[in-house]
Amino acid sequence: MKSTSYFNETHELARDTCRQFVKKHILPHIADWEEQESFPREIYQLAGEAGILGTGFPEALGGHGENDIFLKIACSEELMRSTSGGLVASLGSLDIALPPIVQWGSKALKERVAPEVISGQKIAALAITEPSGGSDVASLKTRAVKKGDHYLVSGSKTFITSGTRADYYTVAVRTGGEGHKGVSLLLIEKGSAGFSVGKKLKKMGWWASDTAELFFDNCEVPCCNLIGPENAGFLAIMTNFMKERLSLSIMAYMTAQMALEEALQYAQDRSAFGRPVSKFQVTRHKLVDMATEVEIAREYTYRVAQLMQAGKNPIKEVSMAKNFATNVAEKVTREAVQIFGGMGYMRETTVERLYRDAKILSIGGGTTEIMKELIAKQMRL
Amino acid sequence: MKVLVAVKRVIDYNVKVRVKPDNTGVDLTNVKMAMNPFCEIAVEEAVRLKEKGVATEIVVVSIGPKAAQEQIRTALALGADRGIHVETDEEIQSLAAAKLLKAVVDKEQPSLVILGKQSIDNDNNQTGQMLAALAGYPQGTFASEVSVDGDKVKVTREIDGGLMTVSLNLPAIVTTDLRLNEPRYASLPNIMKAKKKPLESTTPADLGVDVTPRLTTLKVEAPAQRQAGIKVADVAELVDKLKNEAKVI
Ligand SMILES: Cc1cc2nc3c(=O)[nH]c(=O)nc-3n(C[C@H](O)[C@H](O)[C@H](O)COP(=O)(O)OP(=O)(O)OC[C@H]3O[C@@H](n4cnc5c(N)ncnc54)[C@H](O)[C@@H]3O)c2cc1C
Repeated sequence: MKSTSYFNETHELARDTCRQFVKKHILPHIADWEEQESFPREIYQLAGEAGILGTGFPEALGGHGENDIFLKIACSEELMRSTSGGLVASLGSLDIALPPIVQWGSKALKERVAPEVISGQKIAALAITEPSGGSDVASLKTRAVKKGDHYLVSGSKTFITSGTRADYYTVAVRTGGEGHKGVSLLLIEKGSAGFSVGKKLKKMGWWASDTAELFFDNCEVPCCNLIGPENAGFLAIMTNFMKERLSLSIMAYMTAQMALEEALQYAQDRSAFGRPVSKFQVTRHKLVDMATEVEIAREYTYRVAQLMQAGKNPIKEVSMAKNFATNVAEKVTREAVQIFGGMGYMRETTVERLYRDAKILSIGGGTTEIMKELIAKQMRL
Repeated sequence: MKVLVAVKRVIDYNVKVRVKPDNTGVDLTNVKMAMNPFCEIAVEEAVRLKEKGVATEIVVVSIGPKAAQEQIRTALALGADRGIHVETDEEIQSLAAAKLLKAVVDKEQPSLVILGKQSIDNDNNQTGQMLAALAGYPQGTFASEVSVDGDKVKVTREIDGGLMTVSLNLPAIVTTDLRLNEPRYASLPNIMKAKKKPLESTTPADLGVDVTPRLTTLKVEAPAQRQAGIKVADVAELVDKLKNEAKVI
């Protein structure tokens, strides 16, 4: 029989490792960590040692499985089994922060920064969004003025994942004139003069992740920390968004998948009017719709990943996958909470967390509306 | 010192098995398979011996269908050096497995052979003992502690009354119990490296072993459904029932 799976034997072995990692190091503590709105830094090191953080990065920098998208997907799916999108987002912030450095940064820069992050010794974050706006990246205001062998950066960033704990920040700044042609990426390091981090922000979901505001007041950044050529940052940012949107699609269908599984179990265990609630046709059909949508979201995401694996640039498709999957996540988690009744409103249930965590997925990495604008453009509308 | 570890492909322990409707066996279609947990412990012990500098080479062997190579790859990712796959689609009973392993032992001449005490599919608990008899090696079964000292291996065994420690001359056979160690998971880079480790394939015919089953399975049935329990009002009632109904005290 010819396999119809996108995953090979290596992917399955990696999946097993990630599953065991989650079971051993995360699941026993995750309810506490969510309530504490943080998780131990040690988890980065453990994930680094297991090779989980290095997935998708070049071997020369301590990674493995570069250009193997389904390896990444297998790992991401299993990490989501931690039931905490927040932990996955923080632990995985290197996946949005490092690729521009690896792809566009100087040899010296990437060799200094990437191995430490991939091994989990250091934490990296990506900082694009500003208090004045996140969707309109080309209008960002944080300014970097060149002075001798360094830049002086002034401005602020907000909603930055791993914001309070990161050691390295990949920051979008304006080095040139108005619009996308004046944007560059700079690596800014913790402890730089003129750089400070605000308090951890209180959020609707993703409690285990730290999200913060960053302030730059004539912050001195050496010129060698420039990532790629000056004023060419916009392309790097947009390229980076592709993979981020794929990861958000994965997070979305996994959020939905877990909510579905929880609801399936509960509907069979819980009785009302003398029978399991799954025996009410309305519940049964609801579960069927949920299952159908989760499968379609997942399979379509796989299809998009396959296009990316084949070297295509599926801007339209990845945007569609993100919108579809995040919409499914919102709907399925809502229905799952409904099936749980009052219990679904209690913090001790997983569906309660999944419901809150689903909302960010249609906002982060480009909102649903921005995705639609991208799709419309591809459709030449 | 060379260590040979035998690993078996079985249904993943998390899977709820289902008996086939015709009662001829367990339904294996679309069921997740994995390495037998006792074999994982065997691999882990061998890897620890290598990390301590006691073992110099770990050879892992599995008997079974083509797909059993997955379990060999897993063992290689965990730290074994090379694999031997005895490929067969036949039903392999304990004695046939022991004979095949004996043939591999003859070829490889390991100083120590580590096996799981049993595999969770059929729970026979025989292969290690049979192999010891066929090879004429001393055996230390149900090991909860293993330490190699020169040409001897000290094995602490879990027995009904407590613990028993035996000292065996090498080469020897050891079978693992649950508490011997806690197996690690393979790191992702090691999974990648395992793809390049040698895996040799052979067959029962190549090894000159007749694997024809000696036992016939008449019928496989699921355990009887447990009856629902009852609630007792207080301790007095419980004691009364234990005394007069169940007659256990
Ligand atoms: C928990 C969390 C973590 C985050 N992590 C990071 C991070 O690590 N790094 C980072 O840089 N950012 C991060 N973000 C920020 C996120 O990327 C932005 O919030 C997002 O891009 C939207 O930007 P905004 O909040 O400024 O909304 P705005 O851009 O102000 O948009 C407001 C509303 O207007 C809509 N809108 C805007 N433009 C259009 C248009 N052209 N047509 C139609 N509608 C439009 C939007 O869809 C939205 O509904 C994070 C956000 C959250 C909540």
